[in-house]
Formats: sequence, C-alpha cells, structure tokens
Amino acid sequence: MTWWWVALGGALGACLRYLIDTGVQSRFGSTLPLGTLTVNLLGSLALGVLTGAVLAGAAGDALALALGTGLCGALTTYSTFSWETLRLWESGARGPAVLNAVGSVVAAVGAAALGLAAGSALWG
Amino acid sequence: MDPDTAPGAGEARPAPRWPLVLAVVALGGALGALARYAVSLAWPTPEGAFPSALLAVNVLGSALIGALVPLVTDRAAHPLLRPFLGTGLLGGFTTFSVHAVDIERLIADGRAVVGLGYAAANLIGALLAVGAAAALTRRALNRSRRTDVVDDAVDGGRAP
Repeated sequence: MTWWWVALGGALGACLRYLIDTGVQSRFGSTLPLGTLTVNLLGSLALGVLTGAVLAGAAGDALALALGTGLCGALTTYSTFSWETLRLWESGARGPAVLNAVGSVVAAVGAAALGLAAGSALWG
Repeated sequence: MDPDTAPGAGEARPAPRWPLVLAVVALGGALGALARYAVSLAWPTPEGAFPSALLAVNVLGSALIGALVPLVTDRAAHPLLRPFLGTGLLGGFTTFSVHAVDIERLIADGRAVVGLGYAAANLIGALLAVGAAAALTRRALNRSRRTDVVDDAVDGGRAP
C-alpha cells in the first residue's frame, strides 16, 4: 500500500512541476532558470511544513509518504537543476551559473526552515 | 531554457498533444519516486547521519540527465522520450526538497558542519557528474557521426 502512496504522490508532483515550470518560463523567461527555482522553493517550503506536522505527531506515515516522499520529492528536482546550471556555465554565463547553484541551495534551505517553523507553530 | 520542456529534439515530428505529455510525465514521476523510495529503504540513513543514499540518487540522476539530453537532441528521438525520462523519471527520482529539509535538520540539530558538507557534496557531485556525462556523450555522438558520414559516402550519398 505504501508503494501506491509514493507512486501517486510522485505522479502528481512531476505533473505539477511540468505545469508550473512551463508556466513560469513562458511568462518570466530569463537567463536564470526561474521555473525550476520556483518548484524547488515551493516543494522545500511544503516539505518543511509537512515535516513540522510529522514532528508534532499531526501527520502519519501514509501522509508523510504520499505528500513528502512522493509529492514534494517529485515536485522538486536536482537533475534538471544540474543540467540548467551546466548549460548556463557552458553558454559563458558563469556568474549566473554560480548564482543559480549556490542561490538555489541557500534559498531552498531557507524555505525549508520557514516551512518547518510554520508547521511547528501550527501543530506543535 | 528548460531542457526538459523546450522544443528542439525531433523537430521533424509533430509535437505531441499536452495530455499525452502530461501522462508520460506522470508515469515517469511515479516510477522515479518509487525508485528513490526503494533506494531509501535499501540504504536507510540513521537519524542525524550524513544522508548518503540521497546524495547518490542526486548524483546518479544528474549524470543520467547529462547523458540523456545530448542523446535525444542529437538523434531526433521520439518527442515523448525527453518528457518521460527527463522531466518524469529523473525529475521524480532526484529531489531538491528532501535534501533542503535534511540540511536544515542537520543545522538545527547542531551538526552544521555535516549539513554544509552534505550541501557541498550534492552540489559538487551533481555538477561534476552532469558535466562529465554530457562531455562523454557528446564525444561518443561526434565519433559515431563521423562514422555515419563514412557510411553515407560508401552508400553513394543516398542516406538519409
């Protein structure tokens, strides 16, 4: 049963990432891959909130697997982030490449901390 | 800009309809998330330890996308291959959110050095992997393209 929860969350997360990424890139297309940044920050924030709920005992294993491992895990991506950073670097945009690499990690950890604080405040 | 959704590969073929693209992205995402879950079960990370399984997942997924994108771009691959394997499977396999929460947890638990080391290992490992895989794949494609030219000459230039 747990496998189905992960699969369902993963399918939904990947679809949401595709739709959000395509939408953001078509509206705000720029040198920086803002679509991937958006899904990575959204997913890190959401997983932070969920982790806060799990730590407070408000969310069970099935929810953690479906929403955490499945949905938030698949909504965010490291492989596309790596590829886009490489493309920036190869195109000569070395500053934006480094900014994208380091900035994405710092911002995602910040979003996770924010989510955890919110989740702990809501259910703690 | 986005490699997984931008056109480019297989331009001779008509673009697939979006419900079909979404369906293969969903299938790939489900399989990728299941594979990541299987790795986390087979290679569990003890509480507060360095999350080496997820590091391996992100580095491996980055290497695979570095090989995939030059391949599907060069070979006029089926237009659903990149959304299925790139956006779906590898996107669902690798993850940014779990890695971000792991780093936050390590820092909040007073293990900032482990957390920052983990962040750096993901970044350096994944970027080296994607760069090396892309370079190797492009080199292999260039070599086989030269062979194709020779084949075409032998065929009397009839191909393609």
